[in-house]
Amino acid sequence: MNEQITHMAGQVTAGKMTRREFMGKAAALGVSAAMASTMFADAARAAGPVKGGTFKMGVQGGESTNTQDPALWSSDVPIAGGQQWGETLVEVNGKGELEGLVAESWEGSADAKTWRFKVRQGIEFSNGKTVTPEDIMRTMERHTNEDSQSGALGIVQGIESMRVDGDTFEVTMEIGNADLPYLLADYHLKIQPDGGFDDPNSAVGTGPYVLESDEPGVRMQFVRNPNYWGGDAFAHYDSVEVITLNDATARTAALQSGQVDIINRVEPKIAQLLDRAPNLSVQNVSGRGHYVFIMHVDTAPFDANELRLALKYAINREEMVDKILRGYGGIGNDMPINAAYPLFDDSIPQREYDPAKAAEHYKKSGHDGSPIILRTADGAFPGAVDAAALFQQTAQAAGIPLEVKREPNDGYWSEVWNVQPFCASYWSGRPVQDQMYATAYLSTADWNDTRFKRPEFDEMLLAARSELDDAKRKEIYSKMGMMVRDEGGLILPMFNDFIDAVSNEVQGYVPDPNGAMMYWYASKFTWKA
Amino acid sequence: MKNIPISALIGLFLTALYFLMALFAPLIAPYGMAQVVGDVWEPSKIEIMLGIAPAGFTESNFWLGTDNIGRDLLSRMIYGGRTTIFIATAATILSFVTGSVLGFFAAVMGGWVDQVLSRFVDLIMSIPTLIFALVVLSVMPVTVPILIVVMGLLDSTRVYRLARAVAVDITVMDYVEAARLRGEKNGWIIFREILPNALSPLVAEMGLRFIFAVLFVSTLSFLGLGVQPPEADWGGIVKENKEGIVYGIPAALLPAVAIATLAISVNLVADWVLNRTTSLKGGRG
Amino acid sequence: MHPIIILVAQRLALSTLLLIAASALIFAGTMILPGDVAQSILGQSATPESLANLREELGLNDPPLTRYFDWLFGALQGDLGTALTNGRDIAESIGQRMSNTLFLAFWAAIISVPLAIMLGLIAVRYKDRWPDKLISAVTLASISIPEFLIGYLLMYFIAVKLGWFPSVAMIGDHMSLLQKLQAIALPVMVLTLVVLAHMMRMTRAAILNVMQSAYIETAELKGLTGFQVIARHAFPNAIAPIVNVVMLNLAYLVVGVVVIEVVFVYPGMGQYLVDHVAKRDVPVVQACGLIFAAVYIGLNMVADIVSILANPRLRHPK
Repeated sequence: MNEQITHMAGQVTAGKMTRREFMGKAAALGVSAAMASTMFADAARAAGPVKGGTFKMGVQGGESTNTQDPALWSSDVPIAGGQQWGETLVEVNGKGELEGLVAESWEGSADAKTWRFKVRQGIEFSNGKTVTPEDIMRTMERHTNEDSQSGALGIVQGIESMRVDGDTFEVTMEIGNADLPYLLADYHLKIQPDGGFDDPNSAVGTGPYVLESDEPGVRMQFVRNPNYWGGDAFAHYDSVEVITLNDATARTAALQSGQVDIINRVEPKIAQLLDRAPNLSVQNVSGRGHYVFIMHVDTAPFDANELRLALKYAINREEMVDKILRGYGGIGNDMPINAAYPLFDDSIPQREYDPAKAAEHYKKSGHDGSPIILRTADGAFPGAVDAAALFQQTAQAAGIPLEVKREPNDGYWSEVWNVQPFCASYWSGRPVQDQMYATAYLSTADWNDTRFKRPEFDEMLLAARSELDDAKRKEIYSKMGMMVRDEGGLILPMFNDFIDAVSNEVQGYVPDPNGAMMYWYASKFTWKA
Repeated sequence: MKNIPISALIGLFLTALYFLMALFAPLIAPYGMAQVVGDVWEPSKIEIMLGIAPAGFTESNFWLGTDNIGRDLLSRMIYGGRTTIFIATAATILSFVTGSVLGFFAAVMGGWVDQVLSRFVDLIMSIPTLIFALVVLSVMPVTVPILIVVMGLLDSTRVYRLARAVAVDITVMDYVEAARLRGEKNGWIIFREILPNALSPLVAEMGLRFIFAVLFVSTLSFLGLGVQPPEADWGGIVKENKEGIVYGIPAALLPAVAIATLAISVNLVADWVLNRTTSLKGGRG
Repeated sequence: MHPIIILVAQRLALSTLLLIAASALIFAGTMILPGDVAQSILGQSATPESLANLREELGLNDPPLTRYFDWLFGALQGDLGTALTNGRDIAESIGQRMSNTLFLAFWAAIISVPLAIMLGLIAVRYKDRWPDKLISAVTLASISIPEFLIGYLLMYFIAVKLGWFPSVAMIGDHMSLLQKLQAIALPVMVLTLVVLAHMMRMTRAAILNVMQSAYIETAELKGLTGFQVIARHAFPNAIAPIVNVVMLNLAYLVVGVVVIEVVFVYPGMGQYLVDHVAKRDVPVVQACGLIFAAVYIGLNMVADIVSILANPRLRHPK
């Protein structure tokens, strides 16, 4: 088999075999799709990247209100643009490992309280200024000080002090945190000159490309950064365009007619149909993002755990993955963690759809039989209204009166999510378990959207955070997961895949579980044959 | 009634058919409106009979196939037709009664009454519909009657403009002047002189307003105003299934065809009424 | 002619008042809407502190009346301010978007209005015969299919399958007129199909309404052909309803093409307004609202004046 694979790889390198052919033959040889995908990328890379050309990314999630200030980013288009011009201290790569960007190396103290990041030598901003540790400190200040408007404010909490020591930036936390570098990989924390205090919108950073023109909600154009520290190994295109394509059919049509080279968020329903089209391939990778229905555990009738369990047993997870995601995703287990996280305990039993059990729990809860209102909106997650309709049907089969209420997309995140006691929502996931739990399940978390407030849970979270023994840590996380699963207000039917569609001209594409389009770095790693 | 032309008969027949289906939806529909009975976008019996179903499908329990989450499309369209036709009819009637009565009134009265009404309509028209709908949504309960009133009133501004324009032309005619000199009241002038002479453009407009209302229902229900899932209207069913359209999945096309046939039928009837009204005026027929 | 001039002057003066009233209503509307710009910007990543900080910086803590009058005085001096969401100059952004919108609306109108009226005249000429039925059926079918669906179908068959025109109608300053026209070909086609039926049906109905009049009979007896009678004698007398419907559709082409803009990724006013309403970016919503109001008020005024000019009895009131 090895010989055949090597031969096939040679064919790819010589440009004689397309990705589709390679994947098909590899599958016939019993190679897993993920494996084959990596092998194909390696083989294609062996041919050597081709320089030049324009790379056009068709991205869902842009508005004419977008800005270049990283503190205010929350939708995909500005984040995708930001990855072109800016860089964080470190990044989490496709395998879940940390890699240095602006920071060359980093180390934590034994109690994980103090972390030191050494700035990469001679690295320059696109305006020609050399990056100093002061710039890093100022960036952290801007995102965490008391005047901060940053979306990262909730992420990097509990900083005791920061200082600059030669070419090193040092941060000390109030409580030890073994995962701190993961937090600093957050996309908001792009290192900017003077931390972006003087000009937050300047789009000046250390990224592989430089912003040339910006029409919010339409497109951004970039040219290659001639002084990119990564040198010739990355960023092979002369220019990159990030084009806002919010309509799903418009995106696929643009790709099929060759107006863009790659698109994100292919509708699961049409992914297989699209894959049949010539000259492109649909790429999916399971991620940490999940679609959820959340109940406030402190609000009647959801304060009764029996009712929560009844609803959890009344949802058909397989059917949801099958019909809403068309198989492009994984089944959830009412806890926000899946196998994509390090230290995941796969021995936790899977909860199944069981109308009889649901009916039993519903009876025990003593609910008065009045309709339980589930709020949803098309914007809560793709297919949220349909998912709610499916939920309503399976709940009905268990005798639970669920009533679906469609809310306007407009204002959903401010008026319904985290306000109404039962609604549909979406989480994009975090790189590590600690961050996911700290963001939404810690008693004091701002985004505790299930109102899950349990002191013993908080204690376990803090214990795990500074625990350096992985086995013990995994055990604690497993207990925490069980607790959320059995007592929390989270109904988690499915984890969604990232589904991209890529033109066959593009070489070197490897799906990245951190996000779509190789976490928007497709422009940095791919090239056109 | 003997001389109804074929086209009007077809129009009447289809319109009546749709209205009857709407009335007796629960009796006709093979499945429940919200009931999930199959897989996503299963092909229809018809496709299988014609041999145009995708490979691998040899039988189907559904006349029109299933929708985007596996509900029977025919049942959904029958129930959806009910919502669509009821709301669109009610909203169209409301907009016509309000719009044309006020329009005629403004034209007959003239002067400051006309000025105030017309400028008020200008003002309402200039508020973007999106803002209007969102404001209504945030201050009022989301129910079907509210949806009808909002649609009816927004549309009545357009009807008002048309009715007034037509009526102004008529009020300066000799016969209206004669009626005034006879000492007829404004009400008499509006209903006996202006209405019959303004009917043709208004009937034509009514046929089109009805279509706009059918499409507008789905726009507003997607904003969260009015029709709530799992209920559906035809425009809404088109939207739910829109991704499949370019891949030959008929679930988005069939409700669109239903809207189009309803639209054509209603307007065929309108054309016929228009013919009758023109001959009513005692012309050469 | 002078009563018309007086009328126009009167209407223009009233329009200014109306515009201010509209802006006040829109401002009040956006105040009623739940949520504010700070919350919308931060979205799901809002924390109480970051919200408070952003509100303070954007001046959202001032009383609404102060904010409205600040805006109004600015606007009266021609200063529309900057967008709260991304700090861009509103006048500049709107200028760009508005010129795109007018470009698209212009080409759609220049094709659809004459076409609709011509089809309407043909329908009257061949009333109840096959050209009439065919025109009616086709235009009615096209108006009753949701516009995005027509867009998808054209996009798929013309852009993807045939490759004649691009599916993404992005236009830029560097493009020549011909390139721009090629880029907007598909949206223009869809818009034409969408507005055609309404204007055509009204032309047909309004002309039929006057075809019974004595002067038409006279004209026919004079020996004029069918088309001459319709075009010279019937059409001018049917102008009032037609011009009103044409104006309504022109207004739609300017303010109502959000769906088409989204489907074809066209950077026009519709999407711009929707984005800023969603973010509660009040100054931008106000500025867009003002322009849209001006479009409606202006077009309605034109319609009224054309109606008066077309009718001798109104032109020379007793």
